[in-house]
Amino acid sequence: MSPTQATLAAPTPIGLPALPRAVVPRRRKRKLTAYPIFRFSMLALIVVGFLAPLAWMLLASLKTNVDIYDASKSILFTPTLDNYDTVFGRADYLAYVFNSFWVGFWSTALSLLLGVPAAYAMSRFAMKRSAMVVLLARIIPGVSLLVPWYYVFSNLRLVGGYEVLILSHMFVSLPLIVYIMMSFFDSLPLELEEAGQVDGLTPIGAFLRVTLPLSTPGIATAGILAFIFSWNNFMFALVLSGSATKTLPVAIFDFVAYASIDWGGLMAASVVVTVPIMLIALFTQKYVVSGLTAGATKG
Amino acid sequence: MAFATLKTNPAWTGWSRWANRHRMWLFAAPSMIFVALLIAFPLGWTLYLSLTDSAGSVRNPSDFIGFENYLAVLTDTRRFWPAVGRTLFFTVGVLTVEMVLGMAIALLLWRPFKGERWVRVAILMPLVATPVAIGMMWRLIFEPNIGFANQLLGWFGIPAQPWLSGAGTALPTLMFVDIWQWTPMIVLILLAGLTALSDEPDEAARVDGANAWQRFRHVTLPLMMSSVITAVLLRSIDALKTFDILYATKGKGGGSFHEVETLNIYAYGLSFDYNKYGASSTVLVLFFLMIIGVVWILTLRKKRSAL
Repeated sequence: MSPTQATLAAPTPIGLPALPRAVVPRRRKRKLTAYPIFRFSMLALIVVGFLAPLAWMLLASLKTNVDIYDASKSILFTPTLDNYDTVFGRADYLAYVFNSFWVGFWSTALSLLLGVPAAYAMSRFAMKRSAMVVLLARIIPGVSLLVPWYYVFSNLRLVGGYEVLILSHMFVSLPLIVYIMMSFFDSLPLELEEAGQVDGLTPIGAFLRVTLPLSTPGIATAGILAFIFSWNNFMFALVLSGSATKTLPVAIFDFVAYASIDWGGLMAASVVVTVPIMLIALFTQKYVVSGLTAGATKG
Repeated sequence: MAFATLKTNPAWTGWSRWANRHRMWLFAAPSMIFVALLIAFPLGWTLYLSLTDSAGSVRNPSDFIGFENYLAVLTDTRRFWPAVGRTLFFTVGVLTVEMVLGMAIALLLWRPFKGERWVRVAILMPLVATPVAIGMMWRLIFEPNIGFANQLLGWFGIPAQPWLSGAGTALPTLMFVDIWQWTPMIVLILLAGLTALSDEPDEAARVDGANAWQRFRHVTLPLMMSSVITAVLLRSIDALKTFDILYATKGKGGGSFHEVETLNIYAYGLSFDYNKYGASSTVLVLFFLMIIGVVWILTLRKKRSAL
């Protein structure tokens, strides 16, 4: 909606008498002083509310199990790295870290390779129906794909290998990448590649040498988000991974299956999974936010 | 130099001309084929399985039994309908709270302020955290004996709650976890919508003497309806399909009394714990239809608001 349209439309629904008593709008002093304090305390509450549970997880991961059971040692305790020792000592936790990285890297790279040109074509040629087919993948419940996948891939003797995990994670990241890149290409002016074609580039040449370099922010956005989603994915790896290709979320889940819960170890394991992804998000905040909100502002 | 010789090679120029003419499909086809292979086939098979009595192993011979599974599932008031109820309760519940809370936070963050960056980082953290790990984290916090939740209640003299281990409290507790993790998503989408608005309508309404609530209700909200519906659409698809935190905290079957068994958990259990593929496929087909229905209604609504 254009600003002029908005300005014209806005005052009508209020239906207040159009004649204010004073021509100069009154400033309400009371509001001006109270609001910043209210706003500040609310913002502080929000920050604490969202971060405190994560801090609690971090603290618990540094406690002995005896301290976790002791309410008087909620905040004040002697920190220890024993839990991290347990986590990395037992099983092949480092191998699971590698698995998560490996699957995340390849599923993201391959999805970008397939998804970016597709998103370009769907955006430039307004292929609405084709876009729907890809976006359908976002709607389907993952469970309904798992039985057929498991059957086919176990016949091909692929279950438990990296290939299946990468393929199944691509199923999540490809629609995501197409969705983000489509809204990116929609907002990229057509004139630039037209200028490239005037200068003698073929349409594909213009895409490769003009559009693609200009799309680096969009590709970074899509890639980071696809990696995060792959890293966090649980259900596909739960069914399709083998003991050697287990990704971190499945490894954490298995942590509980061992007899009684070792809370300290479990929290340390959870910290190991969440911290890398939080650091990535911290340093690429701008991209993550623009990816999550892609397409949110257009009609 | 190699490029120059390639350019004059007739075979290459022929191919290049062909590729450029058909670039639309050349670009789009690989993705579409990939998705079609990985969806169309499984979806078709799921439809077929839902009409058979396949169980044990998909390799076992199974009989075509028509709509018997559908009849059995739709008359199942012990597991299926309660699961439908829980799925809807969960989705509508979290969505309502997340939208109201998300809108409030977005409005709070709208105008620039000092330290804005840090508040945004804080909001982003739950959103990117691994759901399974988040499930484990809340499992400790809600642990009835040693968890912080009951400790906090104790300070205010409120008796301890069973939280995740109570038959009646488990689902609401998990809804709280979902709200904690996904409200930030709504905040980000709505904030993007708010930031795209021009200041003029709000200013005009202010000059006309409208109070803050009137300006929000009659100016800001109608102008950002499209963002609101996008947020509802994206969140409801994911909320209906919630799996990770439910399975990570309550395990198979949604707990010993199936207290958090939603359609997704039920279908997963039928397939991978009981190997009842026929029945599971039936539940999945019905579940899929339900999701499509929700998406369809919201998309229609979105189109209307965009006009």
